[in-house]
Amino acid sequence: MSELHIGQHISRQYNEELEDVRSRVLAMGGLVEQQLQDALTSLVERDGNLAVKVIENDHKVNAMEVAIDEECNTILARRQPAASDLRLVVAVIKTITDLERIGDEAERIARMALELASEERTVKLLVRIATMGRHVREMVRGALDAFAHLDTDKAVEIWGRDRHVDEEYESLMRELMTFMMEDPRTIPSILETIFSIRALERIGDRATNICEYVIYLVKGKDVRHTKVTNEQKDTRP
Amino acid sequence: MQTTTADNRAPAADSTGRTAAAQDEETCLEVKGLNLYYGETQALKNIDMHIPRRKVTAFIGPSGCGKSTLLRCFNRMNDLVDGVRVEGEILLDGQNIYAPSVQVAQLRQRIGMVFQKPNPFPKSIYENVAYGLRLQGVKSRRRLDEVVEKALRGAALWDEVKDRLHENALGMSGGQQQRLVIARAIAVEPEVLLLDEPASALDPISTLKIEELIYELKSRYTIVIVTHNMQQAARVSDYTAFMYLGELIEHNDTNTIFTNPGEKMTEDYITGRYG
Repeated sequence: MSELHIGQHISRQYNEELEDVRSRVLAMGGLVEQQLQDALTSLVERDGNLAVKVIENDHKVNAMEVAIDEECNTILARRQPAASDLRLVVAVIKTITDLERIGDEAERIARMALELASEERTVKLLVRIATMGRHVREMVRGALDAFAHLDTDKAVEIWGRDRHVDEEYESLMRELMTFMMEDPRTIPSILETIFSIRALERIGDRATNICEYVIYLVKGKDVRHTKVTNEQKDTRP
Repeated sequence: MQTTTADNRAPAADSTGRTAAAQDEETCLEVKGLNLYYGETQALKNIDMHIPRRKVTAFIGPSGCGKSTLLRCFNRMNDLVDGVRVEGEILLDGQNIYAPSVQVAQLRQRIGMVFQKPNPFPKSIYENVAYGLRLQGVKSRRRLDEVVEKALRGAALWDEVKDRLHENALGMSGGQQQRLVIARAIAVEPEVLLLDEPASALDPISTLKIEELIYELKSRYTIVIVTHNMQQAARVSDYTAFMYLGELIEHNDTNTIFTNPGEKMTEDYITGRYG
């Protein structure tokens, strides 16, 4: 059963319910991606207004999670899905949890951006954060693409990228540490920066989770916490 | 890439490409190259399977797929049908039940059967359960009392009927009648219980009682159940076999069948898609 075939149920209504829940996850993913992008822009460009917008929009992400969750519960209760249908509903429930958390991290970054909007900082550091942010955003988009197209190759590829984000995170941390040692007056603002890059690193992990759910959904194989995961990551260039 | 995306289904497929279930289990019934013909029509096509001991195996599949026919082969009920021809073997504890030396009446003591519609005899509750023992020539009143109580307890019916053992069984509810029939079947201490749609004529509560009973009985008996209700198969069975047009398509542990089946036909059937 490597081919997943959503649709073709004898009950057309059931088809529609599953299609609907899937498209709502993608809509939620689109919103979360936008929130992340706006949060990063507000941080890098010190745009306080944009940061406020991100913070205000977070409740939309939360509301979508609650609504999709409820729809999944209804399908479980009324349809008793089996096999790939069951895996779809389970994968959706988990995916929206991670999406909601990514939304929270984006909100956290926006709050930092608001704090830092008045601070002077080296352009070099902002460029580095922007680069890491772009990589993380690409992971989120890739994970959502893999979900939309049920593409396990894509999921594995995105999954492998998390290692590089982790490396970027560690290297930035070392650099920030040096700054703090050189000039203790920078500590408060650098701590805020650390929280932002920590949030980015966590978003990368959550995108990885979504990739794992895609593999579970398509292949019926749970790859969380497996050696294969690490091996696969390590074989990536 | 293949290593991460390869299937992790267990157990592995055998040479015929079917997943072979129950490789670690002790086999109770083994079906070998079984073909069955109703006249010219072939109803079962080259079935090979192992039914594990003291587990519940469910047969599922659309109407006419041969699951009831296969079930009836296990205690040679098909012998009673005109024009039926059976090829191949069914081994009970290694002995072919289709061997000429096998006495069918004795075989059916070892392999009891319960049907869709409860069929108690128009006798008292007590006599229904004692029937098999009386056939065996048991006359001791004390022995009969003992066995009747034990069988009724085993069928989770004792507390409901202990004060009216000598009333007519036909006055019981459908669910009680079905449990009475199960008590009658287990009174003769069979090894295997065959259940053909045992709950399809019952209301949901009686159905749950039968399912609960199946769960309790499997510690002592090997149970094979045919059911149209897939959720029931998912709830009660340890292993599930999916049949289609007389062929065994897939036989695996129930968790695998209902979360990640190996065959597209199985997936289509259990998820309610066009096959």
